[in-house]
Amino acid sequence: MAKISYLQAIHQALDFEMGQDENVFVLGEDVGKKGGVFKVTEGLQEKYGELRCLDTPLAESNIVGTSIGAAMMGKRPVAEIQFAEYILPATNQILNEAAKIRYRSDGDWDCPMVIRAPFGGGIHGALYHSQSIETVFTSTPGLKVVIPSTPADAKGLLISSIRDNDPVLFFEHKKAYRLLKEEVPEDDYTVPIGKADVKRDGDDITVITYGLCVNYALQAAERLSKDGYEAEVLDLRTVYPLDREAIIKAASKTGKVLLVTEDNLEGSVMSEVSAIIAENCLYDLDAPIMRLAGPDVPSMPYSPPMEDYFMLNPEKIEAKMKEIAEH
Amino acid sequence: MEEILMPKLGESVTEGTIENWLVKPGDRVEEYDALCEVITDKVTAEVPSVLDGTIGELLVSEGDTIEVGTPICTLETDGTSGKETSTDEPVESEPEQTGQAIKAVQQAKEGRKSKQNAAKGTRISPVVMRLANEHNIDLGTVEGSGIEGRITKKDIQKVIEGDFSAKSQMTPAPQSDDIGEKREISAGEEIPVTGVRKAIADKMSYSAQEIPHAWLMMETDATNLVNVRNRYKTSFRENEGYNLTFFSFFVKAVAETLKEHPMLNSSWQGDKIVINKDINISIAVAGDDKLYVPVIKNADELSIKGIARKISELADLGRKHQLTTRHMEGGTFTVNNTGAFGSVESMGIINHPQSAILQVESIVKRPVVIDDMIAIRHMVNLCLSIDHRVLDGLAAGEFLSAVKQRIENYSVETTSIY
Repeated sequence: MAKISYLQAIHQALDFEMGQDENVFVLGEDVGKKGGVFKVTEGLQEKYGELRCLDTPLAESNIVGTSIGAAMMGKRPVAEIQFAEYILPATNQILNEAAKIRYRSDGDWDCPMVIRAPFGGGIHGALYHSQSIETVFTSTPGLKVVIPSTPADAKGLLISSIRDNDPVLFFEHKKAYRLLKEEVPEDDYTVPIGKADVKRDGDDITVITYGLCVNYALQAAERLSKDGYEAEVLDLRTVYPLDREAIIKAASKTGKVLLVTEDNLEGSVMSEVSAIIAENCLYDLDAPIMRLAGPDVPSMPYSPPMEDYFMLNPEKIEAKMKEIAEH
Repeated sequence: MEEILMPKLGESVTEGTIENWLVKPGDRVEEYDALCEVITDKVTAEVPSVLDGTIGELLVSEGDTIEVGTPICTLETDGTSGKETSTDEPVESEPEQTGQAIKAVQQAKEGRKSKQNAAKGTRISPVVMRLANEHNIDLGTVEGSGIEGRITKKDIQKVIEGDFSAKSQMTPAPQSDDIGEKREISAGEEIPVTGVRKAIADKMSYSAQEIPHAWLMMETDATNLVNVRNRYKTSFRENEGYNLTFFSFFVKAVAETLKEHPMLNSSWQGDKIVINKDINISIAVAGDDKLYVPVIKNADELSIKGIARKISELADLGRKHQLTTRHMEGGTFTVNNTGAFGSVESMGIINHPQSAILQVESIVKRPVVIDDMIAIRHMVNLCLSIDHRVLDGLAAGEFLSAVKQRIENYSVETTSIY
């Protein structure tokens, strides 16, 4: 197996699926000739032609609307929204149309569509290029929201998302693109949607998180291990709908739970995870459920010290982990 | 001495490769002068100097790929001499820093200690409460290692595991032939030990461990007693409104005998034996799952009727769970009516700090030999437990013989119940 980056893993998944299913096609701003602003789709237009790797106008509602129509007619579109924040003009198409087609047509129609979008901060991108917008979509039944934390998961989950018969929002952490590298199974490789994954075993505290923060939490856990505390790290992988069973099991195991997200604290995915734990695990809890998240301010700032203040890192996570371990 | 760091050369770029150094150690550079060329998978760019100064050391070789934020070279800025600072300063400052560090650790420790004392055990998490209940653990005995001395789940798990290993050490290894039949005992209802049950358990454990018990039993002919009681039984009930019980006769006999044998009415006090002047008879009264031991004060001064009345009153209160500490204080000797539930022989545990307890067993008809003739008689066993520190077999035997005689000498002709 080759060691490849998170970005290359996503590219590989797209290439593999386009190669084995001619209904799969890619569309988005600059995805064709330029190969995407992050180079995720580089070379796909050359390989599969202009009709399967489409450069679109700067109109997100149009990109998603086109995808919905194609999906309903039997294609498997993979739309790219250049930055996750840009998805908002398309929310009507996603929330009112894509999510509800199966329901509205009483199962006669479906919408096998994937929308990929890079999200997250720590890359000096400021307000239009750093946000976490997953909670816009994590209360709409009919949608699936997937956020991989490793190159292998990114490949396996993207292939699963393309093969899924319902709309999947696939958010990729842009700082992870070139930061994370690991061995990734070649060719056909899938990871199930809706299943969280224990990324590290431990019996002192449980950290539940997703996205880039999984990597940060694993780094923090290694450091904390030197203080004699072993952390269990659960990667949600799918943030909607949540894997309740895995959350309950991980929380009950140690009774000390830290929930980490780089999204703003209030109303984040972790608020729902916290509610699941509170409802199911009261008699297994050994400490208050704690959350670590971005502050409730409008956006990730541009100024480097301010960006550091907003953004999570292994040091912040370790400090909070230690606090709960010592509780 | 300043360090020049690998700069961030674009969104999503986290590392870059130094392709080419444009300076060498000792070169004089000004702010914004190019230091080296870096390639990333997005761009090729020159890294500018951020200060005026002289290049010290190149920390990264050409061709190496390094993360954003890694130092790539050192720069001696104008007005500072790198060598001096790098040799002298650390040597002087080190002991001071270490001293401060130790002090800080000590302060942190002290802070933690005082907090522990202040709030130990005041905050119990749900899981700790549940585990303590499930395993019958007194949280007061568990050391807390959490914040402010809080007992954590781990702390209580240690206690549970420790308990288990201690128990498994104490239990003798099972015989080889019953291993095959050994089964997990499935737990049924759990009854928390509280209140009266706990008091009984504590008292009995203490008595059994503290007092060296010795036992003796005498067979007593209660035929005359039965005759007396049967004669008055019905009229007594009609006149007085409560029962004339056999037990009243036994208590009366014991109270009178104690006057003659005061050593039985004493208590062990470590360096002395205290002989009690008052004869206060404790009697055992059961109420549901509880056991009370109320006291008939100055029983030697009461008639059989008086004792019967007291017993009736106390039993009544016991059944209603209305007995208070006041009813149970001051006993000097206990008479226990074990015969009431059909027992014919038992070994009582002394009611500490008393020095003896008498168990009155069931009165049963049995063939006995009297003057070489066989007769059917009402027989009763009197079982006495004594504190062997206070009493020996002789004193106990004399006492029990005397009680036996009193019982056997009750007669319709001479015994007055009033």
